[in-house]
Amino acid sequence: MDQSLYKNIFVFVEQRNGQIQNVSLELLSKAQELNEKLNEQVVAILLGNHMDEQAHELISYGADIVLYADAPEFSIYNTEPYTQAVNQLVQSYKPSIILIGATTIGRDLGPRLSARIETGLTADCTALEMGDDGHLLMTRPAFGGNLMATIVCKEHRPQMSTVRPGVMMKGLKDISRKGNVEKVNIQFDSSKFKVKILETVKETKNLVDITDAKILVSGGRGVGNAEGFKKLNELAKTLRAEVSSSRAMVDLGVVSHDRQVGQTGKTVRPDLYFALGISGAIQHLAGMEESDFIVAINKDKDAPIFQTADLGIVGDVNQIVPLLNEKLQKEMK
Amino acid sequence: MKIIVCIKQVPDTTEIKLNPETGTMIRDGVPSIMNPDDKGGLEMALNLKDQFGAHVTVITMGPAQADQILREAYAMGADRAIHLTDKRFAGADTLATSNALAGALRMLEYDLIITGRQAIDGDTAQVGPQIAELLDLPQVTYVEDLQFANDTFTIKKANEEGYQIVQVETPCLITVLASANEPRYMSVNGIMTAYQKEVEVWGFDNISVDETKLGLKGSPTRVFKSFSKGAKSVGQKYEVDPKMAVEIIMEKLKEKFII
Repeated sequence: MDQSLYKNIFVFVEQRNGQIQNVSLELLSKAQELNEKLNEQVVAILLGNHMDEQAHELISYGADIVLYADAPEFSIYNTEPYTQAVNQLVQSYKPSIILIGATTIGRDLGPRLSARIETGLTADCTALEMGDDGHLLMTRPAFGGNLMATIVCKEHRPQMSTVRPGVMMKGLKDISRKGNVEKVNIQFDSSKFKVKILETVKETKNLVDITDAKILVSGGRGVGNAEGFKKLNELAKTLRAEVSSSRAMVDLGVVSHDRQVGQTGKTVRPDLYFALGISGAIQHLAGMEESDFIVAINKDKDAPIFQTADLGIVGDVNQIVPLLNEKLQKEMK
Repeated sequence: MKIIVCIKQVPDTTEIKLNPETGTMIRDGVPSIMNPDDKGGLEMALNLKDQFGAHVTVITMGPAQADQILREAYAMGADRAIHLTDKRFAGADTLATSNALAGALRMLEYDLIITGRQAIDGDTAQVGPQIAELLDLPQVTYVEDLQFANDTFTIKKANEEGYQIVQVETPCLITVLASANEPRYMSVNGIMTAYQKEVEVWGFDNISVDETKLGLKGSPTRVFKSFSKGAKSVGQKYEVDPKMAVEIIMEKLKEKFII
């Protein structure tokens, strides 16, 4: 393989209902940073329908070129039309790197595409940098976050990586940036379109995104049950915070999955994170350890959460939380 | 209906502890289990067996000890078990793993292939979609529920904001979430007979896949280095009565200008 034929960084831009997802803007920003060493171009790939305006906006967030394919087949994500489209663009433009958000969409598209292209894919990266020999160094957690591994894809191009939302920093919008939007046509083989989407349902409980919260009140097994969790809701209300949880509370059905923090949930980095009755399994820590300030309350003085917490209290959350809430209400009046 | 479920033996990563001084993993004594998402997939297959009399084959790729999860699958109700193992498969990344599994699957008949969404040791969620691509099958990932009628599956597929209802005809591949169901226990009779049943052991010679696509040789990605995150500087920890605890928290929140 002549690797010199492969140039430029592709960023797959994810849209839902015509709305560009934040993770894609985070990736454009990261791609620009990687490009400082490469001096090539950052190419945004946008598949959508009637999205001309959004296509231009991608330039302000770091795209040098936007390849925009406008077709009704792209209005809602579906594996096969999207794979065909990105594959065609990869074959004709030959990027050296492809970055994709590690969402339910990106994690469906990425591996399918990598097998079609026959190249490597590194999932859920938390750090990306250009190595001195020109290969992309892709760092990701393994063994449920117990170990970090840096992966390279030396012999194959493009180098593909998915990155979790909220891990990279989104750049500021710069309307003075210059770039081009190029409309591209995709040749479909519709005989392969075998998955029919009948209905897309948004659940209203999912309206708040915990990754946007400044303060999170998070509960785990030590909270006990739904009754115990009510106290957390009250504390959150006082602090104008959101509630989140470890996996235990989701498994019990007390909290919905979209509020789960951790390896199989979301990565959060609020200013303040309350870990209440959370023992601190490594899977949970992986999702919250970048928080600015972590307060942990747990009965077990040896709980691993205390190694990550900035302030640790050995005690019963069910006693301390109501007292704290009362005190805060008085103070904040 | 013929169903094949791909399962993997994984270390129970929730049981892994870190050495607080060095920040390195303590792997000793960590039990091996059937990957939770795969177990959810097996349960879904066994449900289809209960409803429609489907024939359920389980297949795993891994070292000799992975035999254990195939026995467990037998005890839960699987009909046939295949253990794919060969030193030429070792060191495989996801693509090389998918090449080997797809090679074995080509030797079998199926209407539905099920994998777990992801394995808890790698969390990549790649092998399911990669197998689907290699076998030219439609895929539905993040499956929470499915109904079957007229050769068509109607599937509830989870996403960040809710779910989708999608339809796909057989043959197809789905990746299942552990939260989709409550896997059944092994039956007493199943446990008794699990070790009498045959686990077919397949190696390189049983699948027709080019050796350059397998194992370390067939892996586009390599681990460049691995490292532990290191121990974080430990914050303050207090063992005091609730009232005092509240005072300490309040003081800190003020110091941080949160209140």
